[in-house]
Amino acid sequence: MATTIQSTTGGRGTTSADATTARRRNAKRPIWQEQPSVAGQGAKGGVIVVALLLIAFPLYSVAVTSFSTQASINVAGGLVVWPHGLTLNAYRLIISGGVVGRALIISLAITAAGTAISMVVTVLAAYGLSRQGSFGHRTILWVMMITMFFNGGIIPLFLVVSALGGYDQYWALILPSAVSVFNLIVMRAFFASTAAEVIESARVDGAGDWAILRRIVLPMSKPVIAVIALFYAVGYWNSWFNILLFMPSDSVRWPLQMVMYNYVTEGMTMPSSGTSGVGQYLGNQQIAPLSLQMAVVVLTVVPVLLVYPFVQKHFTKGVLLGAIKG
Amino acid sequence: MCLPALVLLLVFGYAPMLGLVMAFQDYDLYDGFLHSPWVGFANFQQLFADPGFWHAFTNTLVLFSVQLVLFFPVPIALAILLDSLLSRRLRSLIQSVVTLPHFFSMVMVVTIFNEMFGGSGLLDTFLRSHGVKNPADIMTDPSTFKFLVSGQLIWKEAGWSMIVFLAALAAISPSLYEAAAVDGAGWWSRLRHITLPGLKPITILLLILQLGYALTFGFEQMLIQLPAVGPGAGQVITTFSYENGIVNGDFSYGAAAGLFLGVTSVILILAANKVAHLFGEAGLYRK
Repeated sequence: MATTIQSTTGGRGTTSADATTARRRNAKRPIWQEQPSVAGQGAKGGVIVVALLLIAFPLYSVAVTSFSTQASINVAGGLVVWPHGLTLNAYRLIISGGVVGRALIISLAITAAGTAISMVVTVLAAYGLSRQGSFGHRTILWVMMITMFFNGGIIPLFLVVSALGGYDQYWALILPSAVSVFNLIVMRAFFASTAAEVIESARVDGAGDWAILRRIVLPMSKPVIAVIALFYAVGYWNSWFNILLFMPSDSVRWPLQMVMYNYVTEGMTMPSSGTSGVGQYLGNQQIAPLSLQMAVVVLTVVPVLLVYPFVQKHFTKGVLLGAIKG
Repeated sequence: MCLPALVLLLVFGYAPMLGLVMAFQDYDLYDGFLHSPWVGFANFQQLFADPGFWHAFTNTLVLFSVQLVLFFPVPIALAILLDSLLSRRLRSLIQSVVTLPHFFSMVMVVTIFNEMFGGSGLLDTFLRSHGVKNPADIMTDPSTFKFLVSGQLIWKEAGWSMIVFLAALAAISPSLYEAAAVDGAGWWSRLRHITLPGLKPITILLLILQLGYALTFGFEQMLIQLPAVGPGAGQVITTFSYENGIVNGDFSYGAAAGLFLGVTSVILILAANKVAHLFGEAGLYRK
């Protein structure tokens, strides 16, 4: 009798006398799992701390450096780890105009316009394809999916876009990548599974497609719409190669990623430019070039950080649906 | 309702596919697809006789294999580790941090690595201040480039790939573990006989998807770092195609390399699916 009580409370054959000294069993731990050893727990904790630091530490020191003065960058000999001598000068310079400020606005505009276009096109197609047995349903799906596995490649795409007059045009950064078939399929699967019955009953009640889409499908699909809008927005925000391809020389009109790329390649081919290069001036104050570069990196990350927390909780659903049904 | 999407895919997906006929032409910008002279397989003959192409081909296979071997176990291990945590709070905190870099651009990731490991990066400064005379510049060293790009891939994508495995782990029935524990199985044999077999289908599916991208993976990553590391280590078929086609303006030659890539990739996907069917898995599509 006594042993059964002990085993359900998780003691390892301890008597009630020293039960207080034994480690208490975590209530959430499944009953079949043995109490972990101290070494095992320590190793686990160690791995987790290292993984978190590997991601957080570079971001931290980049951020600190973007706020640092030339003097403290000189002391550190590069990236600053221990902050002293903080300044907002790099950001003041960016706000006051110039290449980076303009690039920031251009990037925001492309991302906003691109995401809007992509979402409208994707939602429409996903809804159209979500009804089993609608006209040409399977054929259209196949036509779309083939482009996931085979495409013409860079050079024919470049020539097609150029022939349409897209060279050096902002639409060339948006329209060729406006439809992601993967996103479309994820969304279609969500529409087809989640809202199917409600849609049917609404149709019986005589509602048209537009009304169903606006009043039923969209409100019911907020999670998947949020995730896919994030995927699209991040795609536009982060894209770099299409800038190199379609507007390589027009540096005045470059989005942010291209400006950042130029800073990096300069940094990689001239290793010491971080500490000794000639910086830009704000009034008569010299801005540390490295802190300006790091401010650009921070600017590319901040919008992602702002949106991320709100969408993050839906990832599992979005990713999984895609992985299973895609 | 599918019309806008279809139009975009036809213009920017299928029109370039038709444009691939230029691989069999001596394409000239002024003559276009319709009037450029046909040359048959001349571009491909030139391609297969070009040592630069075979070098890029070998590089592609080496970089892909090293990345696959180093990268693939990491998300699985991360998922198993995270799944074993009892605190939900801690679990979701770690998950949000490790998935974050997936949303950074490749340019940004390379920048971060350059600031950490480059010629005037943190590691370099640290080593110099501790008496190391000439620390290796990891960012420009061709011999370690494959490990560098694997490290970048792990930093950026391991957390994201983990999510799928986490979901697969959550789908394994706890009663299996319970029964095994009653039969006296320790955590190691539970891992080997329940957890890993439970992850097998999704692992095979993801491996197939990876194989499909074997020849086209990492294009931006390589292109960004080509100037620093040199074509010896960093030139892959995609960058080869881009350099010849766009940078040097030899459109037909670049398109020929691109067509070779596309066709080989499709064959790879179909072959990988066959293998998955042989193993009794569903794969990307069913038989």
